[in-house]
Amino acid sequence: MAMTTQAQTTSPPGLQLPREELARAYKMMCDIREFEVHLHDEFAAGNIPGFVHLYAGEEASAVGFMMHLKDVDRIASTHRGHGHCIAKGCDIKGMMKEIFGRADGLCGGKGGSMHIADLDKGMMGANGIVGGGPPLICGAALSAKTLKTDGVAIAFVGDGGSNQGTTLESYNLARVWNLPAVFVVEDNGYAQSTASTWSVGGSQVKRAEGFGMPGRKVDGHDFFDVYDAAEEAITRARNGEGPSLVHVEIYRYYGHFEGDATTYRGPNEAEKVEAEKDCLMMFRRRVSEEGLLDPAQLDEIEQESRRLIDQAVAEAKAAPPPSEKDLLTDVYVSY
Amino acid sequence: MSMKSYRQAINEALAQEMRRDPTVVFMGEDNVGGMGAAGEDDPWGGVLGVTKNLVQEFGRERCLDTPISESAFIGAAVGAAATGLRPVAELMFVDFMGVCFDQIFNQAAKFRYMFGGHAVTPVVIRTMYGAGLRAASQHSQCLYPLFTHIPGLKVVMPSSPYEAKGLLTQAIRDDDPVIFFEHKLLYDDKEEVPDDPYTIPFGEANLTREGDDVTIVTLGRMVKFANEVTDKLEGDDIACTVVDLRTTSPLDEDTILESVQETGRLVVVDEANPRCSIATDISALVAEKAFSALKAPIKMVTAPHTPPPFAAELEDLYIPGPAKIEAAVRDVAAFS
Repeated sequence: MAMTTQAQTTSPPGLQLPREELARAYKMMCDIREFEVHLHDEFAAGNIPGFVHLYAGEEASAVGFMMHLKDVDRIASTHRGHGHCIAKGCDIKGMMKEIFGRADGLCGGKGGSMHIADLDKGMMGANGIVGGGPPLICGAALSAKTLKTDGVAIAFVGDGGSNQGTTLESYNLARVWNLPAVFVVEDNGYAQSTASTWSVGGSQVKRAEGFGMPGRKVDGHDFFDVYDAAEEAITRARNGEGPSLVHVEIYRYYGHFEGDATTYRGPNEAEKVEAEKDCLMMFRRRVSEEGLLDPAQLDEIEQESRRLIDQAVAEAKAAPPPSEKDLLTDVYVSY
Repeated sequence: MSMKSYRQAINEALAQEMRRDPTVVFMGEDNVGGMGAAGEDDPWGGVLGVTKNLVQEFGRERCLDTPISESAFIGAAVGAAATGLRPVAELMFVDFMGVCFDQIFNQAAKFRYMFGGHAVTPVVIRTMYGAGLRAASQHSQCLYPLFTHIPGLKVVMPSSPYEAKGLLTQAIRDDDPVIFFEHKLLYDDKEEVPDDPYTIPFGEANLTREGDDVTIVTLGRMVKFANEVTDKLEGDDIACTVVDLRTTSPLDEDTILESVQETGRLVVVDEANPRCSIATDISALVAEKAFSALKAPIKMVTAPHTPPPFAAELEDLYIPGPAKIEAAVRDVAAFS
């Protein structure tokens, strides 16, 4: 369809999305941002137990990929999983309750931030183990291939996870089994406090090429760049042409975990990225310039997200914790 | 019913379950063999031939060879199990758990609990264990206590061909992650095994001998030794009950405790190293729940707290063989 308009031959595919789809993408990005900003505040107020790793700043990556997926497609996520969950369609209120450790959280309060999952939505879990997801995604891709579901499977790893043997072994297995898999390296600049410029030997894209699959680097602040690369990789996987890798260059606004003072960063580093390259801002600017969504519509989406997350926090605070009997259930199907 | 080896019994269970359920697949290093090579199409069937002759019927799509990449393919089996397949993955030697354990104990074992009861992960990991092949420290360990320790895993220890077929069939049909331990020195043992499929339920120990004087609780290859010793001691008027645990998780506490209530004397025979082992676990169970029934101190017969040695003279000393079991039973029986 796009090809019929010669002026648009270089226009990224994301800009050719119907307006309601663009609005849906922006809504997901705003939902994620609001979710994370609220969690940052709630954690600081002492209302969230355990470890929390926030995705604010990286929204365009999760949404740029998940816009292409259906429930039959599977993803595995990282420590920093809230954005992937929301973009894959997990219930936001259930997620918030889970992070507050409530009985009717998405996982009954037994998983928490690092293990949120919704298998019916194809979300195979945030993962408390760095590099835990890629082997599982090889399995999900094998299921899709064997059962002929037409599904694809995507492993998200960070720059830290990209150095785990599990990830590199999975590149190889996905290639030799010719699996419908995509590996997304979300390189947000730091694995905990260690810069990816120091910890990653060679290049992510050349690593992919070394395993015989295509690799492509994108600007993760630009939704349309991500969307384009995601389409290419996912289409390739769905067509049975095998795995590929996308290296997403991105930045996280908060620390590795909540409570991290981020003293390893340069002065005003995060503020500068946010002011110059914030992915929501860039999306807004682009769709406004192209005349695809108007500012009033975008404002309304932002307010809608704020209301939704305000409500999710209020409901999570009011929800009851699990009861004593829940300690011993759900270990086995039968025992 | 016909005479079948432990190897054939496992192969037959796998074949019958693959026939019964199209979602059953198996994978592992050289499980078919010869992938990408110019020679025969089914040259290996695993290093000891357990999965031989299956590829002709089920094809390479269900009989998957893998690169030497335990983290990736054990993890792939786990991920496939969570998304609709029933994979049977072979971890060639259990000693290799070090290069893939995360995918077993942090992923497979915990999905159901962490995800609030929403995950079902019907994966079977078959693995070889045990000493006796002069395979030395990195190919002879038992390690089943490490898996038994992990909530969310089931651990199965077949002691004979009949047991192997029924327990593997149950393992494949089971909806939880199962670690299936095959003793490498049992593969050529033969006995009568039914031709039709059957299951042996988990958590139900089997009494291979029944006697009033001493209870021997044991598992895996050691069941064979315990039976031998029991048969020998019959002539000396020492009558033993041999409890084959079959599974260490779930554990059939009732059968152990009932037997000790009757005999008052307990020997636990466990091929693994002694610290935090099945032997210590069973001993603690009996000390806690059947203390008043005991007429003698509990005896544990285990490997020493050393890695498995290489030299034949040393490995023979390392294995808790029939002579050590007999001595322990005689001690316990004579105690007054």
